[in-house]
Amino acid sequence: MQYITQPEPVGTLERFEYDNKIVKAFLVVTVIFGLVGMLAGLTLAVQLFWPGANFENPHVTFGRLRPLHTNAIIFAFVGNAMFAGIYYSLPRLLKAPMFSKALSWIHFWGWQLIILAAAITLPLGMTTSKEYAELEWPIDIAITLIWVVFAINMFGTIIKRRERHMYVAVWFYIGTVVTVALLHIVNSLAIPVSLTKSYSLYAGVQDALVQWWYGHNAVAFFLTTPYLGLMYYFLPKAANRPVYSYKLSIIHFWSLIFIYIWAGPHHLLYSSLPDWAQSLGTVFSIMLIAPSWGGMLNGLLTLRGAWDKVREDPVLKFFVVAVTAYGMATFEGPMLSLKNVNAISHFTDWTIAHVHVGALGWNGFMIFGILYYLIPRMYKTQLYSKTLTNTHFWLGTLGIIFYALPMYWAGFVQSLMWKEFTQDGFLAYPNFLETVTQIVPLYMIRAVGGTMYLIGTLVMIYNLIKTAKQGAFVPAEYAEAPALEKNVKVTGGTWHAVLERKPVIFTGLAIVAVAIGGVVEFVPTALIESNIPTIDAVKPYTPLELTGRDIYIKEGCVGCHSQMVRPFRSETERYGEYSKAGEFVYDHPFLWGSKRTGPDLHRVGSKYPDSWHYNHMMDPTTMSPGSIMPPYPWLLENDYDKELLPAKIKAMRTLGVPYPEGYEDIAVAEAEKQAAEITQRLADAKIKTSKDKEIIALIAYLQRLGTDIKTTK
Amino acid sequence: MFKHYFEQMDGVSIYPIFSLLVFFLFFVGLGWHVFRFDKKKQEHIESLPLDKE
Repeated sequence: MQYITQPEPVGTLERFEYDNKIVKAFLVVTVIFGLVGMLAGLTLAVQLFWPGANFENPHVTFGRLRPLHTNAIIFAFVGNAMFAGIYYSLPRLLKAPMFSKALSWIHFWGWQLIILAAAITLPLGMTTSKEYAELEWPIDIAITLIWVVFAINMFGTIIKRRERHMYVAVWFYIGTVVTVALLHIVNSLAIPVSLTKSYSLYAGVQDALVQWWYGHNAVAFFLTTPYLGLMYYFLPKAANRPVYSYKLSIIHFWSLIFIYIWAGPHHLLYSSLPDWAQSLGTVFSIMLIAPSWGGMLNGLLTLRGAWDKVREDPVLKFFVVAVTAYGMATFEGPMLSLKNVNAISHFTDWTIAHVHVGALGWNGFMIFGILYYLIPRMYKTQLYSKTLTNTHFWLGTLGIIFYALPMYWAGFVQSLMWKEFTQDGFLAYPNFLETVTQIVPLYMIRAVGGTMYLIGTLVMIYNLIKTAKQGAFVPAEYAEAPALEKNVKVTGGTWHAVLERKPVIFTGLAIVAVAIGGVVEFVPTALIESNIPTIDAVKPYTPLELTGRDIYIKEGCVGCHSQMVRPFRSETERYGEYSKAGEFVYDHPFLWGSKRTGPDLHRVGSKYPDSWHYNHMMDPTTMSPGSIMPPYPWLLENDYDKELLPAKIKAMRTLGVPYPEGYEDIAVAEAEKQAAEITQRLADAKIKTSKDKEIIALIAYLQRLGTDIKTTK
Repeated sequence: MFKHYFEQMDGVSIYPIFSLLVFFLFFVGLGWHVFRFDKKKQEHIESLPLDKE
């Protein structure tokens, strides 16, 4: 079988340029937003042992700052670096400039505007509350449009290429573009109530399933596949040797995208999601070890026989730690998907440790390596200081260790304390707070680790600025290559060789590979929709409770409090009856949460008097001495929103919540009536307040939580 | 409990067999392809990132 790399005779050489300006622009914002994201993270870390670090400013209180941190790191830091890497490597791999400079710059500015919008709306409490998809619907639409611009630019470049075969990195980029589009659109479907408020199209169990199908695959297709593509380009480039096994990379790509998409339900183990869907998530998560480690080994073994270079070359050092962190995180992930391990790890800081090994180690160190590789080359100079680079390397590496180890420790300790019983069969630590104060010192050590990582980043910024200053920026690099001859039938090779010459069919197959998993995961959704074990006693929220729920969402309470009592004795003893799927049918969106920095709240309704909640929100330490929850004095000051209430009721009815026709007209009056009752109960407890305050609505919601099933008997 | 719903689906018994088949064929096909991968082409593609710019 004859394989032809380029049809003969070769056409005339064409001259073209690789645009470095767009790469530079994306790299600059990568560094800026990386710093912002890390600073937000450090602030959150400090708030966990010093709650006063929000300075009683609602905009930077933990619940609102956390989504800003995660969004800044994922979409601004990792996202911009991804675009920089793709805009650098894609043209060079395809021997063609990017399809359109105009689209490149629309992509750049559009993405920065989205980040700006996020930086404004999230601190203001405009959030959907769905993790890593918190942005409200107008921003979601903007993301979709800009993503389409990026896709057109990428596929245009692929079509105009001068190299017939698409290198493995390009496949990973294609997989990223199509899958992220799919995930983003499906998970963001919502009904708008106003410009800054919407309700998820899905409720309860279905919303949870869609959210974690998205959430898990955002990790897969935003934080992993593009960076694997970058690894396949930059690692061989930095080591100046081809990838260890191209065959392995083929298996790596297809099996990774084929399997990854199914694993989402492992975020919902022991929840109200049907058991068989949970098992599906576990099985596929275990299978994921194979392709993940295939990729990791392919990266590390590329350095076989060249390990001496790793000692010398700081770029390779960063890549080696990044790939090793990837290997650790992708081994740990499947382990955490085992139900018996998950029973211990879930809702604790173990998860925080796990994601930070990925974010700080894999993504962070890949980005640092790429920065140290690209800046000197784009400025035609040498790195300013190798010593400073090594300093950064060690600060970063030790920072990760000082971050992760205390968090693993905290996760173990707290989880075991939650589950410990006395000989008499009582909870050994019935007060949740005891399990928190125990791990506060570990939170302090974690902040030290984060600070080290941040200082390392500052050292890098200084080093890179100095590097840029001693060189001269090369805005464009010129190259020459013959055009691909049109209408030439290239034959030979296996079917995959054919495939690599056909980007459209390739993309089609990639979509099929990810869609199979997606579709099968939605079979459970469809099943649940028609067959969810309904509970007659579960009724829609009253208008005041709905308003309170929106305040709960706005303040980001879900960042620290779950609403999912798992069916363990240790949890039913502590919280009450375990959560049932039928209890969440009116929850648009679901608020199960993924972390318990504070206790679960699903059964908090009628557990305490209204006055307890009032005092607790004013200053948590008065009710729970030693609490690390921040005070929420503004809830006692601000009036709750009545204007949108009728629109909210209508939107909910459109989503299938059975409010009677015309109920929106009396909704405000109903809310005021219930508010008056709560205000009266507070007055009886000698608390004077107006019935229009946000705290009243929040109390109404909290007192309702999980109480419906108590009325069935 | 959900077994009950599956029991009511037409021809549900074919689902697991079908799934197994999809995966088996997928990976066998992938393995077969990789096994027969052209050496020359592999060398060409491998060197793509290393080509002079």
